[in-house]
Amino acid sequence: MRFQIGGLDFFYGAKQAVFGLSLKIPNNKITALIGPSGCGKSTFLRTLNRMNETVPHTRYTGDILLDGQDIRKMDVVSLRRRVGMVFQRPNPFPKSIFDNVAYGLRINGFKGKLSDAVEKSLKRAALWDEVKDYLHKSAFALSGGQQQRLCIARALAVDPEVLLLDEPCSALDPVTTAKIEELLFLLKDSCTLIIVTHNMQQAARASDFTAFMLEGKLIEHSETSKLFTTPADARTEAYITGRFG
Amino acid sequence: MRHFDELLNDLRNRLVAMSGLVQAAIRESVRALAEGEDSDLKTVRDREAEINRMELEIDGITTELLALEQPVASDLRFITAAGKINNILERIGDLAVNVAERSESLFRHHAKIRTDVPILAELAESMVKRALDAFINKDANEARAVLLSDDAIDELRDSVFNELIGRMKKNAQSVQPCVDLMFAARNLERMADHATNIAEAVVFMVEGVDVRHHHVQVAN
Repeated sequence: MRFQIGGLDFFYGAKQAVFGLSLKIPNNKITALIGPSGCGKSTFLRTLNRMNETVPHTRYTGDILLDGQDIRKMDVVSLRRRVGMVFQRPNPFPKSIFDNVAYGLRINGFKGKLSDAVEKSLKRAALWDEVKDYLHKSAFALSGGQQQRLCIARALAVDPEVLLLDEPCSALDPVTTAKIEELLFLLKDSCTLIIVTHNMQQAARASDFTAFMLEGKLIEHSETSKLFTTPADARTEAYITGRFG
Repeated sequence: MRHFDELLNDLRNRLVAMSGLVQAAIRESVRALAEGEDSDLKTVRDREAEINRMELEIDGITTELLALEQPVASDLRFITAAGKINNILERIGDLAVNVAERSESLFRHHAKIRTDVPILAELAESMVKRALDAFINKDANEARAVLLSDDAIDELRDSVFNELIGRMKKNAQSVQPCVDLMFAARNLERMADHATNIAEAVVFMVEGVDVRHHHVQVAN
């Protein structure tokens, strides 16, 4: 297991957003987190690389272990190198395509040949062929889908063990979404992926395991094929069949 | 009611209607066989044509639902079960025609041979009815009970075959009617097999458990 989460309670100030969540995230698989808006999925996702610490007055109790190590005891920069993140809206830096990917390598003191590393990341993100002749163009010149793949390349540049994706395709068209989903299939050989999505068909298509959350609690977690054919919990059934509420 | 639920109800209602036609076809073919009378073959064949038409319609509906609605969980299991049961009902309709044709042949040859075929016919008809009721009522327990009934019908068919073979050996004149009865018995036993296939689909539809080829699970 890549991540082992035990009894996680998360608080925004006095308000509790996640209740007693326990979950094991398997290695080199894609785990989807689904649930209605406000159920705590993005909060939970951001806890895994301590991104919630950027929000004032947040805290959590319980255990989050990455390869058996408590993430609270790790250097947060090192943690975020190992556990990368891709956000809902593509957020390339106001730099060239090359420098976007090279940025993380530079600040981590990369000693090898930068251009090779950038090429490798862009290839992993299935973007190289589209940008190889324009590496010094601004990232903002790319389409939305290309920018998102650039953000994935940027995250991959530092060889993360885990990639957290928070609704990575919600701002993208169906064709681009399909490309990103194909990319995720390729990435899981070298990475563990956790994806928050509101698109249940995407969770069904693109993940190996699915966790359903409701009101801050984990309701059900199983192999995606099982959850979408024979969910164990009536609340999961109600949500995925659209009869929820 | 959501549009999708209306579509599911429509599918269910069509299958119920088709079940009614198939059961009527079985009843007529079994009645004629049991009473040694001429079967109303024309009516049975007309019903079969209607059953075939409904099969094509329902196949189209299930395909559309899968493509357009992307169903999951119980909805998905219902639609896939409905697709299977649709095809099974059409085959049972064909078998009912076959039985009616054998009844007609027996009647034409004025053959009156006492066998357990009428009992086999009643058991097969009952199994089909119970399996369809299990589908309509989403009753996995009844479906499992249907699965457990199949062995008795197989044994009865074997017994009928043995009896008829014995008759044919003793009396060459009896070969034609005995062959008719053997085919009728075979068709009735096949109806019962199809009833078990319906029951298997019902268990999967209701519980998400695949009990095909594993009758040990059925008892549980």
